[in-house]
Amino acid sequence: MISLKNVEKVYRTEEIETLALSGINLEIEEGEFVSVMGPSGSGKSTLFNVIGLLDEPSKGSVLLAGESIQGLPDREQARIRNRQVGFIFQTFHLISDLDVIDNVEIPLLYRHLSSSERRSRALRALERVGLASRVRHFPSQLSGGQQQRVAIARAIVGQPRILLADEPTGNLDSQMGEEIMKILMGLNEDEKATIVMVTHDARLAEKTERIVRLFDGRQVN
Amino acid sequence: MLRNYIKMSLKVLRRRPFFTFISLFAIGFTLTVLTTSAALIDHTLAPMPPETMLDRTLGIYYASAKGETIRVNSHPGYKLLDRCLYDLPGAEMVTVFSSASPVNSFLDGRKIESHLKRTDGTYWQVMHFDFLEGHPYAEDDDRNANFVAVINARTRREFFGNAAAVGKTIEADGQHFRVTGVVADVPSYRDNPFADIWVPLGTAKNHNYRSEYLGGFTGLILAKNQSAFPDIRREFQTRISQIDLADLEVPGIAVLSVRPETYAEAASRRILGTPIETTRSGYLIALFAGLMVLFMLLPTISLININVSRILERASEIGVRKAFGASKFTLVAQFVTENVILTLLGGTLAFIASWGILAIFTHVGVVPYAQFSPNLRIFAAALALALFFGVFSGVYPAWKMSRMHPVDALRGTTL
Repeated sequence: MISLKNVEKVYRTEEIETLALSGINLEIEEGEFVSVMGPSGSGKSTLFNVIGLLDEPSKGSVLLAGESIQGLPDREQARIRNRQVGFIFQTFHLISDLDVIDNVEIPLLYRHLSSSERRSRALRALERVGLASRVRHFPSQLSGGQQQRVAIARAIVGQPRILLADEPTGNLDSQMGEEIMKILMGLNEDEKATIVMVTHDARLAEKTERIVRLFDGRQVN
Repeated sequence: MLRNYIKMSLKVLRRRPFFTFISLFAIGFTLTVLTTSAALIDHTLAPMPPETMLDRTLGIYYASAKGETIRVNSHPGYKLLDRCLYDLPGAEMVTVFSSASPVNSFLDGRKIESHLKRTDGTYWQVMHFDFLEGHPYAEDDDRNANFVAVINARTRREFFGNAAAVGKTIEADGQHFRVTGVVADVPSYRDNPFADIWVPLGTAKNHNYRSEYLGGFTGLILAKNQSAFPDIRREFQTRISQIDLADLEVPGIAVLSVRPETYAEAASRRILGTPIETTRSGYLIALFAGLMVLFMLLPTISLININVSRILERASEIGVRKAFGASKFTLVAQFVTENVILTLLGGTLAFIASWGILAIFTHVGVVPYAQFSPNLRIFAAALALALFFGVFSGVYPAWKMSRMHPVDALRGTTL
């Protein structure tokens, strides 16, 4: 499902060159739940961005669902992100001006779907995360856990094959973190979603099928 | 998608009321000035009663006679029009009339100042006046020099108060005329139909005008359609070239330039002062368009600045939309649409404000007899201006926003 070969990512400024990822070789199978661990600055988020087509590797190749993503034009990259990947961020990144259902509909706006189709899919996704009763609430009216559940609904509404979660419980207390983890595990077990989760929390990482550890931009398994 | 954009746009407007006020004020003020100007230009140049057929009318408004030591620029004279205007190929009707000249009337010791125009009978077929009572005079009235007149509503009021005027007699410029009809007032900036009193040409105090090539008259040619314009112009020039310049009342003339012009061409020549031979209405359109763009430039830059400064505020949204599948093009479309919605809102305010300003102009009588009122053309102009302004000021910020790297956008860092 996800294949990284010899991936390297270098950030360059006029004065300094920072090696964020180096020699990453990673194969993630369809339906696998993988967590990525490592201290701050180890390259977890960079790896997350590279897999999610939010950033391009400086070297190496990345294949998503068999498609090479190197050098694709912006429009094609946008299409792949829209169809293949769902993102869950630590800080939720809900649009505060839009209510819950409009937030969840966002990925569907970039497909040719009728508004009724978008609405019914968004409602189903919200039911899946137990928030069908909050569709007209705004993000500021929800707790952190509820906001993250909205973010999960947004990530799964387009039925992507890959879910990328960047510290999804990082901003939540342990009880809410557990709830979010249960939802993610449910998605992995029931719907065979491929999930890559970046986390600091070893306890959560141990619940996943595999842990990829990074240190100074390198795999250290 | 559009519903989402509209919703988003309204939310963004509500988010920062002060920015929104500044933006709407700038847009509204700019578009009010432009829409009011467009309305004034429209009222001055567009076909409207009584000049409903301007689109197929050519006018002989101006003659330029040049010699080595002399130069005469004036209206054409009656003789020139009489020799060159009739029986042109492709012409449906022609009319000849004098400029409106100021005349005085005296009624019960009171002086009434008016503008009097002398016309042939066809004038009333080329112009479509709104008759409040009675009817126009005919070609025979001109031929027989009958002392009849059509007056406007203001003249009726001056002479007869609120009573009917048809059949009654008025005195103007020392002559007495029987009123055959009363028409609605026509504003003074519409040269061709404007007057307070219209009388037949034949009633002129003397007939010297019949031998003059230069001065005092205008001729209009109503063509069957616009495609007849080139033939009419060609034949007219041929006839002009056959005039023996020694016959002109001014000696020493070597070149006589007269050209059938559209109303817009004549306006262009008057405003820009271009030579009659080379005047084109496109110059005037280009001038107006240029002035409009220039006037829009400052508020556009200000709106661009406001929009660019709001990029950071919307960084997270941009990042999310990119992450979930928005391409650069889609984002540009979204932000331009949002900006167009903002300017349409400003355009609506501007249209209402212009309506009010035009009503005040009419009420105060800034231009005598002018009835400035919005119409579909002005509404279309306001809409077009708002759209142009929206796209003009929206594209750059939208392009800049769309180029934001998704990772930077999600992190909330600037460009």
